[in-house]
Amino acid sequence: MTSERVLLGIEAVTKRFGTVTAVDAVSLAIRENEFFALLGPSGCGKTTLLRMLAGFETPNAGRILLDGKDISAIPPNRRPVNLMFQSYALFPHMSVRANIAYGLEMERLPASEIRARTDAIMATTQLSAMADRRPDQLSGGQRQRVALARALVKWPRLLLLDEPLGALDKKLRGAMQLELKRLQHEVGITFIMVTHDQEEALVMADRIAVLRDGHLLQCGTPNEIYERPAGRFVADFIGVTNFIAGKAAPGGVVAAGGLLVRGTRPDALADGADAWAAIRPERLALFPGPEAENRATGTVETTAYHGLDLQVHVRTALAAAPLLVRVTAEQAERRPVAAGDTVEVGWSAADTRIFAKD
Amino acid sequence: MAVKLVPSRSTVLMAPALAWLTALMVVPCALVLALAFFRRGIYGGVDYTFTLENFANAVDPLYAGIFLNSARIAGLATLIAVVVGYAAAYAIAAAPRHRQPLYLFLAVLPFWSNYLIRTYAWIVLLNREGLLTQLLRWVGYTGEPPSLLYTEGAVIAGLVYNYLPFVVLACYAPLARLNPELREASRDLGGSALTTFRRITLPLTLPGVAAGAVFVFVLSIGNFVTPALLGGGRFQMIGNLVYDQFLAANDWPFGAALAMALIAIMMALLMLQAFAASRAEGRQSREGEEAGRG
Ligand SMILES: Nc1ncnc2c1ncn2[C@@H]1O[C@H](COP(=O)(O)OP(=O)(O)O)[C@@H](O)[C@H]1O
Ligand SMILES: [Mg+2]
Repeated sequence: MTSERVLLGIEAVTKRFGTVTAVDAVSLAIRENEFFALLGPSGCGKTTLLRMLAGFETPNAGRILLDGKDISAIPPNRRPVNLMFQSYALFPHMSVRANIAYGLEMERLPASEIRARTDAIMATTQLSAMADRRPDQLSGGQRQRVALARALVKWPRLLLLDEPLGALDKKLRGAMQLELKRLQHEVGITFIMVTHDQEEALVMADRIAVLRDGHLLQCGTPNEIYERPAGRFVADFIGVTNFIAGKAAPGGVVAAGGLLVRGTRPDALADGADAWAAIRPERLALFPGPEAENRATGTVETTAYHGLDLQVHVRTALAAAPLLVRVTAEQAERRPVAAGDTVEVGWSAADTRIFAKD
Repeated sequence: MAVKLVPSRSTVLMAPALAWLTALMVVPCALVLALAFFRRGIYGGVDYTFTLENFANAVDPLYAGIFLNSARIAGLATLIAVVVGYAAAYAIAAAPRHRQPLYLFLAVLPFWSNYLIRTYAWIVLLNREGLLTQLLRWVGYTGEPPSLLYTEGAVIAGLVYNYLPFVVLACYAPLARLNPELREASRDLGGSALTTFRRITLPLTLPGVAAGAVFVFVLSIGNFVTPALLGGGRFQMIGNLVYDQFLAANDWPFGAALAMALIAIMMALLMLQAFAASRAEGRQSREGEEAGRG
């Protein structure tokens, strides 16, 4: 269970490599027992931030506090923090057991305790059967579990995971996502996981921080991030969003053709400024009821089944790109649509978010 | 059953090298080996009657002692070259990537001059009125000039100097290829810098160390130029002994027996090293594939 107690404080941390600012004044507070995700596209500074937490990079500015104490001067081998490397970095000349026991040997624990803890974590991660194999005799999923076990067996205060599921194929990934979450629950260790996969972050994390070009854009629960994205980039990066360009006006955004799209406007946005109206596809309705304050008529371009729902592209005068509407299979059966049909699309003002153009 | 008449491509490609080796290595070695089984002629030359006494003589304590002494000198040279060479290779591999080729080039620069000239340079450095003595005088030393030349130390220094670049190259390759995250992982798991070196870096680069060490040892134990020039003939190594049998004592069969014994030692070492390297290589290349996939 996540407590309210802050375990790790990241305070205005900046890291530069020459002219590149990999991490730019990022501040975050990570709570005890939290499953925290750092999410962002490739090159946004996720690995660099993680490496600073592990002690492999020194921030150019800012502080990193663990339990309220600055750990900047503590070398990686003395931090109660472990990193699971993106490449796993398993020791090729050691067996699975030796890889996992390595970190405990460094703590100079008695051999019996090392053995007991190694056995226990191998059982938890289903590696007992391959204790004597070398990393090159394992599959990708098994290697991933060895890397995880090797870090977990140390009982760190904080476990850092750099794209832990990145190298796995899609099916295995889904299974491992649940497995990892279950494990985190079981061991009660705070996890910070880096990923560029928004779906993975939404499924696994208690809270998510979205990064872009070294900046922190938003930090919140999956629900907050999905339902109330802080800007166009977050709305676009997390899930799928329809964007309608226009100019801010009282009550909403005036889109192409002078049509007012009603929605919640941020206070900072001045009338007449360039803006976006953003609506999630599942919030758009074909054949809208009277509650839909926003309406537009258009032509169905394509329809496609995606498992449980039908995705309908409707070309309207509102935007250059067709609007994507998600209709449940049941609705589609009741009122079928086909390419070429003229339809009305409607949605409520409450479901319309308005962002400044950046 | 089809009979393969057209030689495969690899056979064609290997042919020149095989012909070269046969003509210049296998045939001469076979001749020397054959020579070892004959008697020495009374006035030098060879008396073609079969005998094993040359080999019996070769294990005589006097010669066995020279063998052991050669092995000791070669062993010391190897030890020093490996320690110094590994440290240099480590430093080069840790340097910024774009500078590494320059440093490697500098490390092998001595090879651009002749072995003899390089060895003579050491005479200039070490002799009684040499540069080293002058340097000592210059810093205020007034006593007897130290006798550095014609010592065992001079021989070892010459051998180390000449073969050091091999060690640097042999150790650099695995060090440069070593995934730096392995060292970081060791640090992350609580290993000190020293433990990380002992348990991760060194074991994973040992094949390079072994290759370099065998190279230095094999080239040193059979060397006769360096002991002759820097040892002044006072420190006989097995190479000098063979040289003397052929060119001074005119006992070719005995020289051949000694040479064969030396070759046998070298071959054993090289094969041992090749065997160990191919095993380690198999492991490394599988690792490499994984890293590439990741
Ligand atoms: N050691 C380094 N030297 C120079 N630039 C680096 C180094 N590490 C990372 N960078 C740069 O910093 C930025 C962020 O990199 P990284 O943290 O690896 O991103 P991510 O993990 O989010 O993909 C990138 O532009 C990358 O090129
Ligand atoms: Mg990364």
